[in-house]
Amino acid sequence: MDRIDSQSLLKKGAEAHLFLANWHDRKVIVKARFPKKYRPTELDEKIRSYRTAHEPLLMHEVKKAGVPTPTIFLVDIKNAMITMEFVEGKQLKQVLPHVPRKERQELCFRVGVLIGKMHRRGVVHGDLTTSNMILSGEGKIFLVDFGLGEKTTELEARGVDLHLMKRALQSTHYQFAEDCFKHVLKGYFEVWDTEDAKKVLEKILEIERRGRYVDERKKT
Amino acid sequence: MYPSRLRKTYGRTAEMKQSAKTLCLGVESTADDFGVGITTFNGEILANASSDYIPEEGGIHPREAARHHAEVADKVLKEALEKAEAKPEDLTLIAFSQGPGLGPCLRTGATVARALASFLAIPLIGVNHSVAHIEIGKLETGAVDPVTLYVSGGNTIVSAFDSGRYRVFGETLDIALGNCLDVFAREAGLKHKRGTPLGAALEKLATDGKELISLPYVVKGMDISLSGLLTAATNLLHKSKCRLEDACYSLQEHAFSMVAEVTERALAHTEKKEVLLTGGVAANIRLQAMLSSIAEEHDAKFNVVPREFAADNGAMIAWTGVLAYTHGLVTPVEKSFVKLRWRLEKVDVPWIE
Repeated sequence: MDRIDSQSLLKKGAEAHLFLANWHDRKVIVKARFPKKYRPTELDEKIRSYRTAHEPLLMHEVKKAGVPTPTIFLVDIKNAMITMEFVEGKQLKQVLPHVPRKERQELCFRVGVLIGKMHRRGVVHGDLTTSNMILSGEGKIFLVDFGLGEKTTELEARGVDLHLMKRALQSTHYQFAEDCFKHVLKGYFEVWDTEDAKKVLEKILEIERRGRYVDERKKT
Repeated sequence: MYPSRLRKTYGRTAEMKQSAKTLCLGVESTADDFGVGITTFNGEILANASSDYIPEEGGIHPREAARHHAEVADKVLKEALEKAEAKPEDLTLIAFSQGPGLGPCLRTGATVARALASFLAIPLIGVNHSVAHIEIGKLETGAVDPVTLYVSGGNTIVSAFDSGRYRVFGETLDIALGNCLDVFAREAGLKHKRGTPLGAALEKLATDGKELISLPYVVKGMDISLSGLLTAATNLLHKSKCRLEDACYSLQEHAFSMVAEVTERALAHTEKKEVLLTGGVAANIRLQAMLSSIAEEHDAKFNVVPREFAADNGAMIAWTGVLAYTHGLVTPVEKSFVKLRWRLEKVDVPWIE
């Protein structure tokens, strides 16, 4: 395995540590899923190796559908480490609150377009939050962190994916969550305007009704 | 009809009581517990009496639970007042659990609360049950701004405060954690006995588990899904010859790892420096250990609600009532209808800066 030099911890996430490193004279991100002490070793190893193996596959897959994701360089399943391209930019979470309304709506629309392309390709992300979207210097939106993703064309999985996006907007950007989600959906159906795709709207409502103490339940 | 065992209550010294003149009485009745708590306006808990409804078989029957509550209400009220050494006319405020919860149970508690407030001609305040679980946890542990994991028979919520409300970061997409454990325990033939809830019986068996059996592990973003895990674990009981201890152990490890993972996600996302574990399932030692490990990993302080305030109780309602009332909120009787689906994130909490 190639040597990775001068690692520095960039971010300590919930699931993995992100290191900024140099690899063949380029800046890379090393994503390391270290063991979690709180869960049993067997379960921990299973979860970490599964996610390390699947994440690069899904990132590669959605690239083919025109969804920008960091390029994968190395995958080390045994140590649960992935080396990938370092995308310079800002998390959408940090950008959204500080841009004018029009621009915010436009960004959300583009996010929707990306989700639509991804779903059409048969991939769900599994953790759609504005922290997992990076607006690069050139203005491209990259989707990252596919650790909870799945290859599936099931309507249920797509519905949950969009439901999670909505929930993430509500908890982090509650001031304009509704407007944001409206534009996400607009973008989503822009790329994927079929009867089949539209069924996902009904699905989202169904998923919400299944939740605890939801007003929507009353209507059934 | 229902033998009522009145739980441990809290007495305080005479001089403490003299110094606190204003008292709030809280009525809790969202599900199987009927509880009455009395607190002072500065957070001294003077009494926390309760009686729980234990079904002959199966889960909580809302109508039967409500009937139980109506039958024990006077006894529990009397016990709380005696413990607090207070007379009804000493009370300043009546708080009650307005939701979310089971309709018939909520209405019974609300009726008791309205009657008391009207008779004594003192203000009434409706309290959100989920907020109360968080507030009693904060009061008892000293946590100020935590990421809270609230796990009980009806709720599985990861929340944190932001701009006037407790925001829900993660929750269950289907059944609650306590519900999942209880249903499994009943399928395994365990019985709910006084003083030993089903979850505690399951926890005891799980400590003798040796082999981890692989079960579904479903985390979606910061949400989880437990119904598939419950089905698979129940199938283990009926279709395989594994030891019951191993099945209990495996169920707990999978379910707790899932809630722990989403709590960790919320902690990393919000970058808060405190974790609070509250609700009935918070009494589980294994779950406490997992969350404590996560808090340590993120240099956060771990807090767990004391066992006596983990399950539904009247003291948490009384205390949250105090917080709301002292920040300008009251609930006129004509607006005191119960709210079966009153979500945590819909409640304004003006007492937090």
